[in-house]
Amino acid sequence: MEQAEAQDLVVEGLKKKLKTKSKFYFNDIAKILEMKPRLAKKFVNKMVQDGVLEYWSSGSTSMYGLPGTGKQAAAEHED
Amino acid sequence: MAKHETPLLDQLESGPWPSFVSDLKQEAEKRAKNEKGLDLQIPVDVVEDLLGILELSYKHGKTHWKHGGIVGVFGYGGGVIGRYCDQPEMFPGVAHFHTIRVAQPAGKFYSTEYLRQLCNLWDFRGSGITNMHGSTGDIILIGTTTPQLEEVFYEMSHNMNQDLGGSGSNLRTPADCIGQARCEYACYDTQAICHDLTVEYQDELHRPAFPYKFKFKFDGCPNCCVASIARSDMSFIGTWKDDIRIDAEAVKAYVGGEIKSNGGAHAGRDWGAFDIQKEVVGLCPTGCMKYENGTLSINNKECTRCMHCINVMPRALRIGNDRGCSILVGAKAPILDGAQMGSLLVPFVEVNPEDEYQAIKDVIESIWDWWMEEGKNRERLGELIKRQGFQRLLEAVGIEAMPQHVQEPRSNPYIFWKEDEVEGGWERDIDEFRKDHKR
Ligand code: HEM
Ligand code: HEM
Ligand code: SF4
Ligand code: SF4
Repeated sequence: MEQAEAQDLVVEGLKKKLKTKSKFYFNDIAKILEMKPRLAKKFVNKMVQDGVLEYWSSGSTSMYGLPGTGKQAAAEHED
Repeated sequence: MAKHETPLLDQLESGPWPSFVSDLKQEAEKRAKNEKGLDLQIPVDVVEDLLGILELSYKHGKTHWKHGGIVGVFGYGGGVIGRYCDQPEMFPGVAHFHTIRVAQPAGKFYSTEYLRQLCNLWDFRGSGITNMHGSTGDIILIGTTTPQLEEVFYEMSHNMNQDLGGSGSNLRTPADCIGQARCEYACYDTQAICHDLTVEYQDELHRPAFPYKFKFKFDGCPNCCVASIARSDMSFIGTWKDDIRIDAEAVKAYVGGEIKSNGGAHAGRDWGAFDIQKEVVGLCPTGCMKYENGTLSINNKECTRCMHCINVMPRALRIGNDRGCSILVGAKAPILDGAQMGSLLVPFVEVNPEDEYQAIKDVIESIWDWWMEEGKNRERLGELIKRQGFQRLLEAVGIEAMPQHVQEPRSNPYIFWKEDEVEGGWERDIDEFRKDHKR
């Protein structure tokens, strides 16, 4: 799969779920891509690098989201 | 004069023990004076506001910190833990108060020059408050604002040869005991492998793709100074295959009282003459030692390498020469489900720097493959092992079941075979069967 194709799948997939949640586990994304986690990771890393996805962390748990979505994002983009 | 009244915190200083409140007040004062004339990059009264908000939490009986955040440094999905308070007007100094995890050096060896550099950086760009070390192992820098994160990271990575540690659903900063640098009990070089795996698994450390956190810890011997057996998803504990080396002369010297037992550690009180029968032989958990006619002998086949006798008489008894480590898996100390110790997976493996620890990396990577695919969100390896069974783990890593995996005689009379383990599988030829068995 090409990066662009993977990106479209993930952005589409996450947008569909935005009504109910804004933060996603890594495995939710691997499922959208229908890939084994270690392969999916390469694509997801690139999406973070390109600013298509952003990390969220509780300290113990990490999640992914589309930049600028969710309550927390509104509260945290302080500038 | 303190910025906020803190009667409840002040009370905490009244006990006989050292108080973090006193430490924080001292730091608050130091920042206010700013004797070095630093161009402080975050509010000068950050520590005062920290004391203030903590006092308020005590008063209200609830926290005023929000949990979690999207802050971090570019390209890293860990190492920074975002913290915001929910009373920024009252306590502007801690409106953002993010924690940075800094990877500690293997064995925690520093130079004072390095520590000074780190503290100067943190006084300048953070609150000045540190935690050496967190239970994670990392150096913890507590409290700075979002704009300072990249600045701190740049300085550390470009001028201090220093990386951030792990947090979130990452490999956490691997941690090890002081090992062969200082300790004769070390069965392998814990610092070398800790460093090697940290470098090898950079991607796992900084880019979260695991179901949850994952920890490696390395103990050079079963004394377990970093408590790997209780605190890490994969615990590497030094051990040996051959015999404990006995120096008969030194045994005599212990018995005669010329050498103090336990390296003199119990010298604070008179415990009476050293009694080898009672204090060593009698306390061996497997009962595999004998002291007869002035000679100490060990039935090494029965010895579990508990370290007791060696700890008591380190000059007479020494670890064997054929050394390696055992690998245990699945320990965790979570909030909800209760603590769990590691289970033995690999009784003995060579720790071989020559081939870059390939045998060990093979085990690690097959475990990750299994856990990343089968683990539920926020499920630690130990929970997955419990849910799917140790047998599934063995299949995943390609290790045959062996006596060392057995904890106790089984109490369940059933054996569940898989089809491929049974000759002929589940199918049978009914005509063949009827030849010997009438209806
Ligand atoms: C009553 C208040 C709090 C509760 C009930 C609480 C609960 C928790 C829980 C359940 C976790 C682990 C689960 C997770 O979210 O992924 C956690 C992790 C953490 N919390 Fe809190 N928390 C509280 C207050 C705080 C405060 C005030 C701070 C910082 C100022 C803080 C800092 C952290 C950090 C750094 C971690 C990650 C720890 C690690 O991975 O080692 N927490 N907390
Ligand atoms: C009464 C006050 C507090 C108590 C009793 C307390 C206690 C603890 C304990 C027992 C741990 C785990 C041990 C360790 O990692 O060293 C811990 C970790 C931690 N604490 Fe506190 N703490 C307090 C206040 C705070 C405050 C005010 C902050 C920050 C605003 C904070 C931030 C953290 C962080 C970030 C960790 C995780 C360290 C790591 O990564 O290992 N704590 N705390
Ligand atoms: S775990 Fe063993 S080898 Fe490591 S420092 Fe402790 S006693 Fe020494
Ligand atoms: S190491 Fe422990 S089990 Fe082995 S001989 Fe010594 S006391 Fe006994």
